[in-house]
Amino acid sequence: MAIKIIAEKCKGCELCVKGCPQGAFTVKDKLAIVGPECNMCNQCLEPKFCPFGAIVKVEERSKTFAVDITQYHDVWVFAEQRDGQLMGVSVELLGEGKRLAAEIGCKVCAVLCGDNVDGLVDELYEYGADKVYYANAPELKTYNTDAYTHVIYQAILKHKPEIVLMGATHIGRDLGPCLAVKCETGLTADCTKLDIDPEDKKLMQTRPAFGGNLMATIVCPSHRPQMSTVRPGVMQKPERKAGQKGERIDLEVAFKSGDIRMEVLEIVKAMKEMVSLTDANVIVSGGAGLGNADGFKLLKELADKLGGVVGSSRAAVDAGWIDHSHQVGQTGTTVKPSLYIACGISGAIQHLAGMQSSDYIVAINKSENAPIFEVADYGIVGDLYKVIPEIISALG
Amino acid sequence: MKIIVLAKQVPDTNEVKIDPVKGTLIREGVPSILNPDDANAIEEALALKDQYPGTTVDVVSMGPPQATYMLRECLAMGADNAYLLSSRVFGGADTCATSTTLAAGVKKIGDYDIIFAGRQAIDGDTAQVGPQTAQRLGIPSVTYVQKIREIKDKTVVVERALEDGYEVIEIQKPCVLTAIKELNTPRYMSVAQIEEAYKKEIAVWDEKALNVDPSDVGLVASPTQVHKSFTPPPKGAGEMLTGTVPEMAAALVAKLTEKHVLADH
Repeated sequence: MAIKIIAEKCKGCELCVKGCPQGAFTVKDKLAIVGPECNMCNQCLEPKFCPFGAIVKVEERSKTFAVDITQYHDVWVFAEQRDGQLMGVSVELLGEGKRLAAEIGCKVCAVLCGDNVDGLVDELYEYGADKVYYANAPELKTYNTDAYTHVIYQAILKHKPEIVLMGATHIGRDLGPCLAVKCETGLTADCTKLDIDPEDKKLMQTRPAFGGNLMATIVCPSHRPQMSTVRPGVMQKPERKAGQKGERIDLEVAFKSGDIRMEVLEIVKAMKEMVSLTDANVIVSGGAGLGNADGFKLLKELADKLGGVVGSSRAAVDAGWIDHSHQVGQTGTTVKPSLYIACGISGAIQHLAGMQSSDYIVAINKSENAPIFEVADYGIVGDLYKVIPEIISALG
Repeated sequence: MKIIVLAKQVPDTNEVKIDPVKGTLIREGVPSILNPDDANAIEEALALKDQYPGTTVDVVSMGPPQATYMLRECLAMGADNAYLLSSRVFGGADTCATSTTLAAGVKKIGDYDIIFAGRQAIDGDTAQVGPQTAQRLGIPSVTYVQKIREIKDKTVVVERALEDGYEVIEIQKPCVLTAIKELNTPRYMSVAQIEEAYKKEIAVWDEKALNVDPSDVGLVASPTQVHKSFTPPPKGAGEMLTGTVPEMAAALVAKLTEKHVLADH
């Protein structure tokens, strides 16, 4: 497919030149031309983009693929474990996987790699896995790119899942790309929404693009499996049903010399305080408007009063006032607490992308024109160093 | 040591704004920059060059012809050579197809010990192209590299950032390492090097030069397709509180209590 211009309809008005996020359009002799920058984001197909309907998407020759997609069944979830503990996002994905499987009419299965983590198999059943594919070997004790890719790739070849979901953790975002190229299939990173097309049952994967300025829905029509990494904290955790059972399938694990070309020598846990932003009910966040690192002490006081935790914008992290683990937004953590209080945060789109699904948003900012007020339920224009102490005192 | 760096020219997404009326991205005036994580990748390569005399640093990018500006910047930072992989048939590629083109470029350059790439580009945020290029080249990769601990004869020891700490990984050479901003602080271009950079030729390679089949690259070889893209619907603006600071604070607490967001006070 490609974006083309219908020469008879184009007026040379340059609206497309101004609007294209990639800067792919140029106008020469009153006629628009699509350049190689076009990445088929399809934004220009919206009527407002070209009022004359001169921009169209046309089918070009398409490569024929050998994959028979009808052979692929079931939704797989990569059950990421660290130190024998399941990651929260894997549990969330079992819930989401179950929902998708119900719409397709197939099963949801977990893929578990580890060294004697049999207890997790039962846990995965209880969170809804119909089947657990289990690879048990000392080489799989901790995540190793080569070892995990090798084992899961073999399992995909043999069992042919239709969909493979992984958490968009540092591990899922490492494993996913390697598996996708081995399978010669597509991978959509950091999805925030998944749906099944009711007509052809394909997976519709929605993710933020362009630093959160755009949302894109991605499909993978003729390759299998359809693979996505999904942001932690955006899908609902399913209820755990004690005693629920499923089917265990043991995967063959055999490594030849040269299969594993790296070794994890040591895992060092950060001594820094762990911030559980995703689990927090209340988050009090600070940004550039704090002016200095000490401002976070005041936010901490308010957060403590509300039983919450302290978050931050990227600006505050970049300024060195607070650790990255507190960062909310596109390159930080996605959160959806009941209450999000943004203090001195202007509301860059990247920040909004990470917090706008909070139940209630309160914004405190000196500038009444700050974009944060556009998403706030309650806004206060004022000096946060005056406003926050008053809120603390009003809380009694 | 021979080092190759994969770099990308990207629009500065921090400067992108949404047209409030049309709901489209405002592209005008948005500068094109060297992708930030890629600047860390180049810096690390140059730091190794400083440390190990005789090391060469070659930068490869896939992109439109104007990406040569970004490549000149890399040369002015101190890279030895720069190559641009550019052709209409490379366009519209997803990460799977991009990695095919980049791997072909790397193979044409030939011998290498380490390939550095940025963890992810700010226009796509996928973090996929680095490890996928490694897969295409048949070499191992480590993503999220925050520190190079040691370059050994046959291996490299690196620290890979995790959400709650880091791992120490020893990986065989040749390998791909993807850089995060914690790895280093990129150097500035020097005036002398800027002049040098403009004297150098930047080779531009198309599908013929790379000897790739046009049906294996670009849009036609991309498994994923954009079904649609849209601007995220803004959450409706809420209520601006008014009055003195104590009045606003009291009103806020009252409203949040009323909505059962806060327990009764």
